[in-house]
Amino acid sequence: MPHDLPAIDNVLATVTEQFGPLETTAFRGQTSLIVPEPQSFEVLSHLKEQGFDLLVDVSCVDYLEYRGAKQRYGLIYLLASTTTNQRLTVRVFVDDPEPRVRSVEPLWRAADWLEREVWDLFGIQFTGHPDLRRLVMPEEFAAHPLRKDYPLQGRGERHNFPVITRDHS
Amino acid sequence: MSIAPAPRSFRSDAPAEAAAARSEDYLWTLNFGPQHPATHTTLRLVLKLDGERVVDAMPEMGYLHSGFEKIGEHLTYNQYVTVTDRMNYISPMANNVAWHHAVEKLLGIDLTPRCRSIRTIIAELARISDHLLSNGAVGLDTGAFTFFLYAFYQREVIYDIFETLCGARFTNSWTRVGGVSHDFTPLVIEKIRTFVKTFPKTLDDMERLLTRNRIFVDRTKGVGVLSKEEAINGGASGPVARASGVTRDLRKDEPYLAYEDFDFQICCASAGDCYARYLVRMAEMRESLKIVAQAIENIPAGQVNVGIDQRTALPTKQQVYSTIEGTISHFELSMSNRGFEVPCGESYGATEAPNGELGFYLVGDGSDRAYRARCRPPSVLHFALFPQLIRGHTLSDVVAVLGSLNIIAAELDR
Repeated sequence: MPHDLPAIDNVLATVTEQFGPLETTAFRGQTSLIVPEPQSFEVLSHLKEQGFDLLVDVSCVDYLEYRGAKQRYGLIYLLASTTTNQRLTVRVFVDDPEPRVRSVEPLWRAADWLEREVWDLFGIQFTGHPDLRRLVMPEEFAAHPLRKDYPLQGRGERHNFPVITRDHS
Repeated sequence: MSIAPAPRSFRSDAPAEAAAARSEDYLWTLNFGPQHPATHTTLRLVLKLDGERVVDAMPEMGYLHSGFEKIGEHLTYNQYVTVTDRMNYISPMANNVAWHHAVEKLLGIDLTPRCRSIRTIIAELARISDHLLSNGAVGLDTGAFTFFLYAFYQREVIYDIFETLCGARFTNSWTRVGGVSHDFTPLVIEKIRTFVKTFPKTLDDMERLLTRNRIFVDRTKGVGVLSKEEAINGGASGPVARASGVTRDLRKDEPYLAYEDFDFQICCASAGDCYARYLVRMAEMRESLKIVAQAIENIPAGQVNVGIDQRTALPTKQQVYSTIEGTISHFELSMSNRGFEVPCGESYGATEAPNGELGFYLVGDGSDRAYRARCRPPSVLHFALFPQLIRGHTLSDVVAVLGSLNIIAAELDR
């Protein structure tokens, strides 16, 4: 029997009060709040004040080949509260050609590396991030490999890496 | 392999005195890793040293990146479990359980009581073996070799149990959607019972060796202090967060599997230093053993996999050969263009892995492969905390802090 998470109606009510009605979806007992990109920082900062003190994860999905998707990138912010154990997923959708969203690093330090990873693997710019460098791929890597138009076996980048010799290390 | 160039700048939020010292040329830059015995795995630290004191540290990761999340989009839900083995390879069983917990959440599968119970037992054994290694490595890095060998001997016993259970010692790939690949046999139960009886003595010996050992306490107490606020803000979870006083444990807060049925405590400390993390891990091993001891005597009878009508777990050989439903179900599940039905939806399933909250955010698109298989690795957030933990301590404390955070590069980079 799956355990039910604590209800979050009280938080959603305050969000509606402040930002107007936002779309929500629920699946398997988890609620997602869909926030338009210009408001994302304000809503997340409001949610932090409402008790969501733990940023569990920041990630992204590339909906390029997904049936019925309207925008290409869907950012995922998984929030949780360490006191009430509530959980909330915040979705922010951005689109090509310049996917860009405001960084939440000022709110949660945890976002630092998580946003760097999203930038690295999906190529989404986080404005206001203090140190937006690649996290897992090498610095000279040109592509964003978790995008759906990037092939599983790569585009031969490995062969083009410079060979570092003992004299030039 | 390409070596990334040395970082151009350190993080701008380093303390003010560090910024002033940056222009001084007596500071020394030390490359710690990626190949260094005390990093245990392939990770790199660029340390800025003033004599022996660490002024700043810059962690680098990615040396072991193998695109697990990309591979997850090309393997079926059952195949991907082999990849999860290789994430946190010191407790692969916990990753198996976490992966299929998330998949079953997406599919909406209710496990049988027997499966819930035996997965709980195995997940707790995995936690014990993980904590044995991480605490043993802290001991090893601070000079307590005997302690490490005591810990590793018991890990061997747990490997033996896993080998008896599923034939593999290390990369187990034991879980399946809706069940497990091998049910408990009487021999497995007997081995776990023996382990439950013999392990407390080793745990006592280990505590006697190290918990009040003057050298060890001096090396770890007050080193790498993480406050509660920093732990929450930095997204720490698991023993690292609990050693800083965050009372969050998904086994209690969002009970999954059979954890609701067992009596156990969450182990917390308030100091937040390396010693507190060591103590929390030691205490958690005793609590895990308590869960195993309760569960092993109360394994529910009945089927371990979900029934044929759910069409997710393979039926038994007997069902395949003697019933038409079994034959059809086996055929459908084995054919690459059939499989089971996956909803077009997204869900996040998290478990309390030995290292912290290990969750998978899955996007299903109706096919038998995940459209997106995001893994939320606890190590990444812990490794990001490393610079603030090490600032001001000496070079020899680097290994103590690194060991107590239990950074596993395979999980870090995926």
